[in-house]
Amino acid sequence: MMTGRRSWSALDLSSEAEQILTLARQFAEERLQPTAEARDANEDRFDAAIHRELGELGFLAMRVPERYDGLGLDLVTYLYVLEELAWGDAGVAVSVSIHNSLPVSILLRRGSDAQRDEWLPKMASGEVLGAFSLSEAGAGTDAAALRTQATPTQGGWILNGEKMWVTNGASADVVLVFARTDTADDRRGSRGISAFLLSAGTDGVSVGRKERKMGQRGSETVALSLKDVFLPQRLMVGDVNRGFSYALEGLEAGRLGIAAQALGIASAAVDAAFEYADTRRQFGRPVRQFQGMEFKLGDMVTRLEAARGLLERAAAAHTLEDPRARRLSSVAKLFASETAMTNAREAVQVLGGYGYSREYPVERLFRDAKVTEIYEGANEMHRSLIARQLYRERGYV
Amino acid sequence: MNTIVCMKRVPDSATRVRVTPDGAGLDPAGVKYVVNPYDEFALEDAIRRKEEAGEGKVTVVALGPPETAESIRQALAMGADEGVLLVCAGSHDALSVAGALADEIRGRDVDLVLFGKQAIDDDNMQVPQMVAEFLGLPCATVVVGLEIAGRDATARREVEGGHEVVEFSLPAVVSTQKGLNEPRYPSLKGIMAAKRKPLEEREVILEAPTIEFLRLDEPPAPAAGRIVGEGVDAVPELVRALRDEAGVL
Repeated sequence: MMTGRRSWSALDLSSEAEQILTLARQFAEERLQPTAEARDANEDRFDAAIHRELGELGFLAMRVPERYDGLGLDLVTYLYVLEELAWGDAGVAVSVSIHNSLPVSILLRRGSDAQRDEWLPKMASGEVLGAFSLSEAGAGTDAAALRTQATPTQGGWILNGEKMWVTNGASADVVLVFARTDTADDRRGSRGISAFLLSAGTDGVSVGRKERKMGQRGSETVALSLKDVFLPQRLMVGDVNRGFSYALEGLEAGRLGIAAQALGIASAAVDAAFEYADTRRQFGRPVRQFQGMEFKLGDMVTRLEAARGLLERAAAAHTLEDPRARRLSSVAKLFASETAMTNAREAVQVLGGYGYSREYPVERLFRDAKVTEIYEGANEMHRSLIARQLYRERGYV
Repeated sequence: MNTIVCMKRVPDSATRVRVTPDGAGLDPAGVKYVVNPYDEFALEDAIRRKEEAGEGKVTVVALGPPETAESIRQALAMGADEGVLLVCAGSHDALSVAGALADEIRGRDVDLVLFGKQAIDDDNMQVPQMVAEFLGLPCATVVVGLEIAGRDATARREVEGGHEVVEFSLPAVVSTQKGLNEPRYPSLKGIMAAKRKPLEEREVILEAPTIEFLRLDEPPAPAAGRIVGEGVDAVPELVRALRDEAGVL
């Protein structure tokens, strides 16, 4: 029984926003959730049919402004849509989140007029799916340690290196890729990195190993190998050596998307636990009538609503360009991901033996939840950032 | 071709509805309302026909409380061109609703009037036929296939145990059944565009009802089940209970 799964009314959303969320929920219930198990069993399969449908319905156009044939959706509505999609399949939601939050938003802020005119309308329609490639084997949380090198040449750059953990990497049509543009005798750390638009099928690009992941198998995660890849100057995004700051800007918004995705997992866990506790009978009554079960369900809902509140607060700060936005984004991501993990774990416990079985979806939620504590900044990093950022806001050095 | 789709706003079938203590109606608290699912087949048919022809207009007409406008917006988001809401409160019998709809449709330049075969709330299955009668138009009900060539239409109707094929000419009234098509999702762009499409709201006063509504009652709670025994030994008692108590054997 899905009745009353969500109540947005308290949020005072516009009627369009409410219709969009209704659509997202319907799509998640009818198209994503019933097929999530198959994607999970199929080991990191990118579901092209689902992505085509997402594109046709406009889910890939959410953060593209109307002047580029997008929808120009406000941040809060966008995040709640991601939550809904993640409720159905977190793996699919993350690829929608990456597309909208990273390549689209970075192009929008830092791309040239020509780049925006060329790429954004196609990215809005879903004709072009975007990916983001910063990480490497030796550059995860310490992303500025990346080693892929772009060497200047006549009319552009030659790229060589090995990128890793690229979500959508094999199926994307364009990858926003980050490479060093400083030189071996003048290393500049985070100030020696630039951003490039890399089209699928460019000479010298090969898709490497597909990761076999614990969860979120509805999204593909691959390595990309770049061997003497020539990119003309017009494919550099923004200024030379400024790319790392663009990546951080994008990731700051991106982590709100991951927080929303984590909320979707946390909320799916609540729904599964509630439904089961109502229908499962032991000792002659539904198990939800046992106080121990009520305590669990009560805590799960409380954490979920708290996480939602934090996300809304962070989104508001971000929209208002409030100086606290960076800290609040970290807070929201940290708390939402831990809520996803805790709620998924508790849902498995509520379902008992069935929760551990693949017959019920909660063991998938449990596996899907874990990575939200790891990617878009490991939670330990966010804890440090939150502390440091608060000192900075208060004027300490 | 101009099509009118008559639409009703009904409680979502997944909602647990409760009757108000006085039996006067449903308790609206916690009830989610949706476009009547059978009307979505009508809407999808009208929109597809317009898209394939590359011309024509789809008008949605609904009768109900002011909140019905939300449901019309959803139809506009799916691709209808304009909406008309005949505002009236309370519940009404089929004849008075059909009269009001016929008054609205009469005089409009329309080729096809589509309905869902019935509304899932009161299940009357009367209004489309009554509207056809008021307008003096041919009427095909429970339609799962509809071909239109020029002014000639052929409809495949679901009947007990099979299909019946009927021919008629336009303008006509058709009520649609599951199987006619797969209604689309409104797109996000459609939702954003819907707010700019015309939606006319007008108060209407309905004819006095011909049916007196008395009250609604909750269905009786199902009696608790009984375990008559276990294994083979329980069979004689089970057979006896099914025959003598339940009367199903």
